[in-house]
Amino acid sequence: MTQERILLAHGSGGLMSQRLIDEVFKQAWRNEIMEAMLDGAILQVPAGRLAMSTDSFVITPLFFPGGDIGKLSICGTVNDLLACGATPLYLSTAFIIEEGLPLADLRVIAASMAQTAREVGVKLVTGDTKVVEKGSADGVFINTTGIGIIPADIDYRPQRIQPQDQVIVTGCVGDHGLAILARREGLAFSTPVVSDCAALIQLREIISQYGNAIRCMRDPTRGGLATVLNEIAVQAGVGIHVKEADIPVAPAVQGACDLLGMEPLYMANEGKMVIFVAAALAQSLLNDLRRLPQTQAASIIGQISAETPGMVLIETELGAQRILGILEGEHVPRIC
Amino acid sequence: MDNDVKEYKQHLLRAIQLFSGSVSIMEVCGTHTMAIAKSGIRGLLPPNIKLLSGPGCPVCVTSQGDIDAVIVMVQHKDIILITFGDMMRVPGTHSSLQEERSRGADIRIAYSPLDALRVARDNPDKEVVFLGIGFETTTPTIAITIEQARREGLNNFSVFSLHKVVPPALELIFSDSEIKVDGLLCPGHVSAVIGVKTFGSLARKYHKPCVVTGFETLDILEGIYMLLQQLKKEEARVENQYSRVVKPEGNPIACQSMERVFQPVPARWRGLGMIPASGLQLREEFSDMDARKRFDIPEIEEIPIKGCACGEVLAGKITPLECVLFGQACTPLNPVGPCMVSHEGSCAAYYRYIPTKGRS
Repeated sequence: MTQERILLAHGSGGLMSQRLIDEVFKQAWRNEIMEAMLDGAILQVPAGRLAMSTDSFVITPLFFPGGDIGKLSICGTVNDLLACGATPLYLSTAFIIEEGLPLADLRVIAASMAQTAREVGVKLVTGDTKVVEKGSADGVFINTTGIGIIPADIDYRPQRIQPQDQVIVTGCVGDHGLAILARREGLAFSTPVVSDCAALIQLREIISQYGNAIRCMRDPTRGGLATVLNEIAVQAGVGIHVKEADIPVAPAVQGACDLLGMEPLYMANEGKMVIFVAAALAQSLLNDLRRLPQTQAASIIGQISAETPGMVLIETELGAQRILGILEGEHVPRIC
Repeated sequence: MDNDVKEYKQHLLRAIQLFSGSVSIMEVCGTHTMAIAKSGIRGLLPPNIKLLSGPGCPVCVTSQGDIDAVIVMVQHKDIILITFGDMMRVPGTHSSLQEERSRGADIRIAYSPLDALRVARDNPDKEVVFLGIGFETTTPTIAITIEQARREGLNNFSVFSLHKVVPPALELIFSDSEIKVDGLLCPGHVSAVIGVKTFGSLARKYHKPCVVTGFETLDILEGIYMLLQQLKKEEARVENQYSRVVKPEGNPIACQSMERVFQPVPARWRGLGMIPASGLQLREEFSDMDARKRFDIPEIEEIPIKGCACGEVLAGKITPLECVLFGQACTPLNPVGPCMVSHEGSCAAYYRYIPTKGRS
């Protein structure tokens, strides 16, 4: 039996497009807003401020240890909304599909998106599909855009970060970047490295108890932890001083990075958050985080300093202080 | 296990800090420079132990004239130039390869010289030139590539050789009275190819201890400690700290491939000037694949970049922090000299890792 594949006609807007949407997407994503089949989604939103975030996913390979492009496309945008302090509500999605993609792959991806959205409690309410000629894309590219509502008292702008605030990372860094690299390059390690791809929705419950003692959050995706810290240092106009020994890195990831000459602090994460929190409540927040399976490896990695504004300094294992710079050029392309 | 290693490093560091004499140690290799900056070792040493960076970054020591010659070649000849990425941004006198590419020159980045052969096979109507740069660590792979091209009868492939060998430069540094170096951390990777004997002769001839050293923090601490022990005992011999990788005899197969294809010629080094027998040119039997000859590229006179102190940095005469351009007019995003461009350059290492006041 020949495998069913995506044809250019699936993107024609005609009957075949209709069937693709009905059989693959609508079936997986079933909800009343989408099923209205209007030109756009009509949404009921509570009063307050909306957060909106968009992200495009071009990862290769489409399926990797710990997830797939579908799951990733939900988690990525949901985590961005969470980092804004928002409760994610609705997502839109747009697919750019390469002619020839097995229909079965698309079904798995759509189902994976549906499952992740269900777990997180967000609805996929509107979407678009386009098909491009073979060679004009790589399997499938997915964009998701999400909106969420921000509670009235929450303000997570970096400018709120104060000297003495503590920096927490919610788990081991570098897993996603390395898992993708290993899969792509056919590298096998004795301890397989799995992507941390996850929507950090459980985090919201904890975070919400701390109100504005949480100053700011960021998810360290492309460019990794080091890049996020540098962005925040500049935006907040503060120095960030971290300790190498306190940054959690899985031994398998550290070992593989040593071997490949890469640095876990620059490798992408897809299920981690960097949290800047008032010093007085840092330990309590850490204890709470460590009770959740998703964030049990959380660690206080450093603190904010009024000195060296705009600069991230790291204390090395020898006890020396050096700059932890921003990612320059060389990184692993197409990891998300 | 992890804790034992940590403790051993601290123990080594304390032992080093206890050394009482005043010494200058040169780390020859760019990878050492990066590792030292990254671990922060330099900042933990007492003022009586000075670490100087040597001429161990192949991009950095390439002379301005040679870079200009490559730029002239891509401007005037209809070729595909294949290069390692680091060379793209190195500023020539009036342009860089990056600028030439934006003006339409076909310049491609490769990770292996064998990629250049693939380009040559795929483009039989075009001349494909590989920009050969590097020390004894990379040269054997270029030599093998050239032999492979000959075997395949690829007649559109050539190499612009800027290859250099390390020992003559070290000899020059030891014999220069202006440069105060008491001992060398010798390059681990180069030694893996050429072995340790050459460094032994240098150590004896100039009565300066040499330690072939690896690239982990622990290796470097051990290397420094071993050098200090020799200095304390007034010994001057070569020791091999990196014996897990470096065999005393090196890698004879790699050396033979280099010798089959290349011959030593005088070469100009940035900061050190002309050094006899320090460059590598394609041998007579491969001279048709020597891009300089094939395209008749003239020697171009060196025009120093105004204010740039890369030369002094490379010779270990000053540290990058003493250059007036450092961190102000010259940064990794807007490099003036090659030491700020190459990811193994001393200035890039200092800029990237060492906190200093007043950087822009």
